[in-house]
Amino acid sequence: MTVNGTEYAREVEPRLLLIHFLRDELGLTGSHWGCDTSNCGSCIVWLDDRPVKACTLLAAMADGRSVRTVEGLERDGRLDPVQQGFVECHGLQCGFCTPGMMMTARWLLDRHPDPAEAQIREVISGQICRCTGYENIVRSIRWAAEHPGGTR
Amino acid sequence: MQVPSHVEYERATSVEHALSLLSRPDTRVLAGGHSLIPMMKLRLAQPGVLVDINDLAELSYIRLDGGQLRIGALARHADLLDSAVAGQLYPIFHDAERVVADPIVRLWGTVGGSLCQADPSEDLSAVFAAARAVAVIRGQDGDRQIPVRQFHLGPYETVIGPGELLAEVRVPVHPGVGSAYEKVARRVGDWSIAAAGAVLRLSGHRIEDAGIGLTAVGAEHFVAAEAEEFLRGRAPDEENLREAATIAAARCHPVADQRGPEDYKRHLVAELTARALRRAAERTRAGR
Amino acid sequence: MTTGFGRMPRKEDQRFIRGRGRFVDDISLPGMLYGAVLRSPHPHARIVSVDTIAAEAHPRVRAVLTGETLAGRNLAWMPTLSGDTQAVLATDKVRFQGQEVAFVVAEDRYSARDALELIDVEYEPLPPVVDARRALDPGAPVVRDDLPGRDGNHIFDWEAGDAERTERVFRDAEVTVSQDMLYPRVHPAPLETCGIVADFDQVSGKLTIWATTQAPHAHRTLYAMMAGLPEHKIRVISPDIGGGFGNKVPIYPGYLCAITASMITGRPVKWVEDRSENLMSGSFARDFHMRGELAAGRDGTIRAVRVTVLADHGAFNGAAQPTRYPAGFFGVFTGSYDLEAAHCRVTGVYTNKAPGGVAYSCSFRITEAVYLVERMVDVLAFELGMDQAGLRMRNLLRPEQFPYTCQTGWVYDSGDYPRTLRLAMDIAGYEKLRKEQEAERARGHLLGIGVSFFTEAVGAGPRKHMDILGFGMADGVELRVHPTGTAVLRISVQTQGQGHETTFAQIVAEELGIPAEDVEVVHGDTDQTPFGLGTYGSRSTPVSGAATAIAARKVRERARLVASAMLEADPDDLDWERGRWFVRGDPDSGRTIAQIAMAAHSSLELPDGVEGQLDATCVYNPPNLTYPFGAYICVVDVDPGTGKVDVRRFIAVDDCGVRINPMIVEGQVHGGLADGIGMALMESIVFDADGNCLGGSFMDYLLPTSLECPSWELGATVTPSPHHPIGAKGIGESATVGSPPAVVNAVIDALRPYGVRHADMPLTPAQVWRAIQGRPFRTDLAIT
Repeated sequence: MTVNGTEYAREVEPRLLLIHFLRDELGLTGSHWGCDTSNCGSCIVWLDDRPVKACTLLAAMADGRSVRTVEGLERDGRLDPVQQGFVECHGLQCGFCTPGMMMTARWLLDRHPDPAEAQIREVISGQICRCTGYENIVRSIRWAAEHPGGTR
Repeated sequence: MQVPSHVEYERATSVEHALSLLSRPDTRVLAGGHSLIPMMKLRLAQPGVLVDINDLAELSYIRLDGGQLRIGALARHADLLDSAVAGQLYPIFHDAERVVADPIVRLWGTVGGSLCQADPSEDLSAVFAAARAVAVIRGQDGDRQIPVRQFHLGPYETVIGPGELLAEVRVPVHPGVGSAYEKVARRVGDWSIAAAGAVLRLSGHRIEDAGIGLTAVGAEHFVAAEAEEFLRGRAPDEENLREAATIAAARCHPVADQRGPEDYKRHLVAELTARALRRAAERTRAGR
Repeated sequence: MTTGFGRMPRKEDQRFIRGRGRFVDDISLPGMLYGAVLRSPHPHARIVSVDTIAAEAHPRVRAVLTGETLAGRNLAWMPTLSGDTQAVLATDKVRFQGQEVAFVVAEDRYSARDALELIDVEYEPLPPVVDARRALDPGAPVVRDDLPGRDGNHIFDWEAGDAERTERVFRDAEVTVSQDMLYPRVHPAPLETCGIVADFDQVSGKLTIWATTQAPHAHRTLYAMMAGLPEHKIRVISPDIGGGFGNKVPIYPGYLCAITASMITGRPVKWVEDRSENLMSGSFARDFHMRGELAAGRDGTIRAVRVTVLADHGAFNGAAQPTRYPAGFFGVFTGSYDLEAAHCRVTGVYTNKAPGGVAYSCSFRITEAVYLVERMVDVLAFELGMDQAGLRMRNLLRPEQFPYTCQTGWVYDSGDYPRTLRLAMDIAGYEKLRKEQEAERARGHLLGIGVSFFTEAVGAGPRKHMDILGFGMADGVELRVHPTGTAVLRISVQTQGQGHETTFAQIVAEELGIPAEDVEVVHGDTDQTPFGLGTYGSRSTPVSGAATAIAARKVRERARLVASAMLEADPDDLDWERGRWFVRGDPDSGRTIAQIAMAAHSSLELPDGVEGQLDATCVYNPPNLTYPFGAYICVVDVDPGTGKVDVRRFIAVDDCGVRINPMIVEGQVHGGLADGIGMALMESIVFDADGNCLGGSFMDYLLPTSLECPSWELGATVTPSPHHPIGAKGIGESATVGSPPAVVNAVIDALRPYGVRHADMPLTPAQVWRAIQGRPFRTDLAIT
């Protein structure tokens, strides 16, 4: 499995969930888990360029594929505009849902660089935040859309 | 987070390979996994061997072919929602897919997987039943075709046997068909409290054929057969549509649960069936 | 680079946006084991036997604890925050579905989960008490037969106000209305569940704990008392926490099990609960069955409020509130109005459900109090045919009445209520909305407008009135300015997302002129911070914020003395402008705080009695609570055919006194407003007649998403708290307090054409439709 550009080879139990593989095996604890029923979205990573709820896939299903996590959002030490947007617009409070929100946001902006607010709300509607009331998450993603090169 | 019990895993490299793996005992198909893996985590399902078919690209397609819309079982919900041809011919698919699960789950969950899960609250079961679709089941000896209206034997049970795989769903295409889906849930992404799908084919100002699918209310084979029968040959005017909706509500079997009491669910069936029929009728007139 | 109060991005964000937060489940120690809890499937049952042989034989299992194991260490029961006891692992009986029965420790989390299935427990089911309204029936099953001399399921009675005076006003009043209403059992459901890593070092005898705790110091002291370990040998660390909302205040059985397991095995033990465990056994919130009554004049003058409450506390009284307040601060049900009289009586009962009650940003039951009074005002408006905003405007306390002592003895510190309500109405375009409503009604469309005005009481609290388990609610800070002029502030409260690392630095920046970026805020580690009772009840700003300001001012005063030595001037001849002391009339003569810091650490001779260096501490005992308030207006559309409610707009004007960082204040409000939509429309933990908990996952305990929430419209007024050093009042829970009644009032308002006066939360589509039919149902029990 390639994760954030690095190849890993491990022997795992078939039942090992992808989120546990990333967190416990590879130490990539930026992606989280928060429920038992695939509702909260705090585990969202990319699998072959599509966001996926990593709590609902087996690591074995990602064998031979490519995964991208929040740790791989920044490139060469430069923060992604999505990450910058979340800081500029106070899009996070406790930070637990944030990696999942940012991974979905990055995927949305790659396909729709100028999304309307309604579209943003729709795309994150499978992810729960308990702190922000979603308003500033939407604004953060709009900021990233308006600053595709980030700042600095 | 809850975790599954021990299981074995095989990855199918071809449809033939998948079928041969599936003829072994205690195997289950693993496609999107978004119905099966949650059940495994709660240990409500404990299969012996999972057969991962995600590499079988030959089962993932949506195309118009000889008067039929052919949807490969591995087509993802998002693919159906994004498909222009499917949406033009059958807006009911887009109505429904828009409210199935959530945008991220739709990238992985498959059309075939949802049908095979056979959850009584599964929206696509009612949708395909309303459209009088046919399930193509592939086995080692070839294909057999079962109307979706005969595909489900009961909650979580289908006609698929050992060594078989749902390969495709075929939807008949007729000119001038209008369709729509109406769903009410407690919250975005929740299962339906009740939902109704309508597919109307007109001949002049008469309904030549009506398909009414009902979700989550114990309708036999997910359809309101008596209501469909009532509409045949009648004009699609408000009075007839309302009467059909009343019949649909009277003939289903909603059960009280945390989504609502029985009287509300029955009312909802009448209300949503009427709305779906109305929109389907409008869409026949609009020529889409 | 901002100095002082104002909008600034948060310092803590840098690690979270990179996925480098450090939450409890992120922690991995060498040799760490994983724990899992076996829970009771029965709501009420005698335990006949617990057989752990097979589990112990599992090759990856290292220990199995039962109630018997713990009883041998005197740990089978623990004290609760309400002076009751709670089973850690059940011994005689299980008393709620999901109660802890055994604890397995294994080499990995999957094996721990597998091993649970190898434990064989024989139960003898007993009839459960599920309906709180039946808990006091003669002959009802007794939940707490373990408590000697306990009379059935009754826990306490508590009263506030003047019963006789209130009765006189009710007899005399022209209009009286009464309404039963339920505030359902709900759950804070922070996105991160509760958990712990316990690491007992057998050589040094030191126990180090990383836990999801909002009160690490209180937990440490309690662990010392419970586990018999010397307090200085225990270190409790709250690392990054993914939301608290009161769910992370109690000590949970899982924590004690992990600690015990670590002591037994000599290895670190991690236990993090599943979501189902969190929802079924972690501290719930609310569950108040209330009967409200309101006495008024026909002209709409509100004269008195009376309420009786039946409080469902579950199987153990684990509600977390100050000792003398078994019903928390429910006493502010008097609301934001000038009353002649008020009285309430609260009766607490045991049932076969999980313990808790005080959680989910309730400010100690103020959510319940505000819901009661704001629904009653709307019921009065309904009866009198008066506009809901107008009725409130008529009765709101006037600015000249502050400080105002309400009928139950609370002293509201400051407020200009009518101004705040007017601002909310202006932002909403209230009069225009009412016209639009009329037009919509004529077309058969249901538009609803709901108003809520709330007074909060936060920042617990004064030593003479309040303690929790005997601990005073004073909180300390330590501020140290380094020789090169940057600083470190150690606080006793900690953040679960509220932004303390930024806002507390801003307080120091405001008082001393050291840029906020240069002030490190240390929190959440009992080895590194002063004692305090923790973060909840919106108390961080009112209490620790005050302590910080005072400590900073002490530093400023010491700096004055050092500066006077540097400038060879009299201290009284020096003036301060933020960041420096200078000789009055000679502005160029000043010394910056950084220069003063260096000098304070140098060999500069200081006057007699002035100590060197530049630091200060403060333990702040607040003289009173603070009283944030606000006016909220919610606009909904209701589909009468389906009962579906769509929240079109939500206007919130908050007054929390001086705002340290308006960006953070607004974020806090946004989050709380979403809570209101959740509770009003979809959240509840429900039980069936057999005591099965039906809200044990996010498939049934529904939380609002981005599509249920509108784009919030905020406004602000600022009425400083007269007794707080920086005039700030705290904001953390205001929106959760004020929003549910706004949403419910809006829906009921929408249903006006059907003559609906009230229906209980959650107003799901089914409940709304049934209300329209005139038959709303009880929302605490399973729908049948």
